[in-house]
Amino acid sequence: MNSDITSSSTTIALSRKPKRWESPLAGYLFLMPWIVGILVLVAYPMVMSFYYSLTNYTILDTPEWVGFQNYSEILFEDDTFRQSLKVTLLFVLFAVPFKLLFALVVAMLLNKEIRGLSFYRTMIYFPSLIGGSIAISILWKNIFGKEGFINQLIGIFGFEGKSWINSPDTALATLILLVVWQFGSSMVIFLAGLKQIPLDLYEAASVDGADWFVKFRKITLPMLSPIILFNLVMQTITAFQMFTQAFIITKGGPINSTYVYVMYLYELGFARFQMGYASALAWILLLIIAIATALVFLSSRQWVFYENEGGK
Amino acid sequence: MNKTINPLSRQIFIMAFSLLMVYPVLWWLGASLKSNAEMSSPNIFSKNPVWSNYIDGWFAVPNYSFTHFYLNTFTLIGGVLFTTIISCSLAAFAFARLDFPLRKFWFAILLVTLMLPGQVLTVPQYVLYNWFGWINTYLPFYVPHALGSGAGGSFFIFMLVQFMRGIPKELDDSARMDGCSWFRIYWYIMMPLTKPALVTVGIFCFLWNWDDFFGQLLYINSVDKYTINLALKLFIDTQSAMPWGQMLAMSLLSVVPAVIIFFFAQKHFVEGISAGALKG
Repeated sequence: MNSDITSSSTTIALSRKPKRWESPLAGYLFLMPWIVGILVLVAYPMVMSFYYSLTNYTILDTPEWVGFQNYSEILFEDDTFRQSLKVTLLFVLFAVPFKLLFALVVAMLLNKEIRGLSFYRTMIYFPSLIGGSIAISILWKNIFGKEGFINQLIGIFGFEGKSWINSPDTALATLILLVVWQFGSSMVIFLAGLKQIPLDLYEAASVDGADWFVKFRKITLPMLSPIILFNLVMQTITAFQMFTQAFIITKGGPINSTYVYVMYLYELGFARFQMGYASALAWILLLIIAIATALVFLSSRQWVFYENEGGK
Repeated sequence: MNKTINPLSRQIFIMAFSLLMVYPVLWWLGASLKSNAEMSSPNIFSKNPVWSNYIDGWFAVPNYSFTHFYLNTFTLIGGVLFTTIISCSLAAFAFARLDFPLRKFWFAILLVTLMLPGQVLTVPQYVLYNWFGWINTYLPFYVPHALGSGAGGSFFIFMLVQFMRGIPKELDDSARMDGCSWFRIYWYIMMPLTKPALVTVGIFCFLWNWDDFFGQLLYINSVDKYTINLALKLFIDTQSAMPWGQMLAMSLLSVVPAVIIFFFAQKHFVEGISAGALKG
């Protein structure tokens, strides 16, 4: 009895004692470069960015405090902001779902015994490999130009083509197509996910007489849903930040029909050096991306299935 | 009722589909050998290939040949690769193996930066680098990568942490018993064992920086220091007559290094892309 009390009191004493770290000094030494980077190149710039957003600031003279004026101007008076936001939202709403749809369908087709699988995977992945480069943008500019490949193709069927890049109603669509064409990396992720679904689930469903559509809806989709969520979040965040393609292929035009958000930000910040206003734009973009991501996560409770939680 | 798609038709469909996917690239190859007059002909390959497109394109930018721009790009990316591999593996080792106060807090920060869109940092980082006098040097690329917070840094650290956690801990425990320092464990035990993951990091780092345009556009402004991407941009901006054949030839050449890397390291690729999604 007596020894019991002493032993339990020593345990309490031990647990109250501050935890002894095995390697506190080594830990911080190894982490030091990264921590310096986070403080100087991430944390400090974030604070400064918010400060700049409350000022009028060209890089040449000192920031002049204006409070929330930049924000109110952007939100209530700036037509270019509205146009660029509209273009960006349209881009995200079309590019992301189509890209993921293609990625999923092709991944499912490739997830079978197929001769030459790695060859096909390579061919399909290829456009993603070089997707963001200037080179591809130049290619696209040519393919969808007045005398480009697309017009030659429809010329065979007797249609007269136009310059798809220079028409306000098709310019954005060509950029969306360019991004959808690069569905390869999402596809590779889906393919890896599909390979992890246990085959006996499908076998058991076959025994019960399920057809492929039931299997797809009841097995493939739920088992793959965490990966769909991952791809959806990553692709959405990326799509909001689209820049290079619009900058090279269409330069935002014609009549601002492809003037995406980051292009506006770039032009204000680094062509006109209105760094305060550009910072406010950046924070609004961050907020929009955060809201979009939060909505995706919120909706995911309805459709993402986690095995270790025993389903919903 | 238990029918699946016929294997043969599946095979044919996939074949046709992959052909459609790479068709623009084939067309690219063909068009790079065409003269401007032939550009609108529907044949993919010209009957009289204009090989001089490649030579004229190579020297199309006044005063500098593309050799110069390739060397610049390799200088930039070489430094970025080296600094990234060192800084990211150091941080990953700390997270995977060492026990220190606030470890979980710092790891949470890492995960936050994984998702942080970079635009918020663009303006103040530019102001900072301008103040350091780093504009028009490669330092705005080297220094962030040396501190593990360059583009993709958080992702690389995260990936390396996942990989290092899979290496048996007994190895470093026994080395500790023998009085081995943490640095020697990192350098002589962990680094060799982490090699496959380091290769993957290297490949992604190479490709992302090869593709990067925004950063180069911001920080490099003299033609002497231009990378290939900027040189291509200069090429299309300065030509009024649009020599498409030469432009397509030069842009085709600009993706060759990326393609070579891809074909030699396909296995790493698939693993690397999937790692973040499946293990995270």
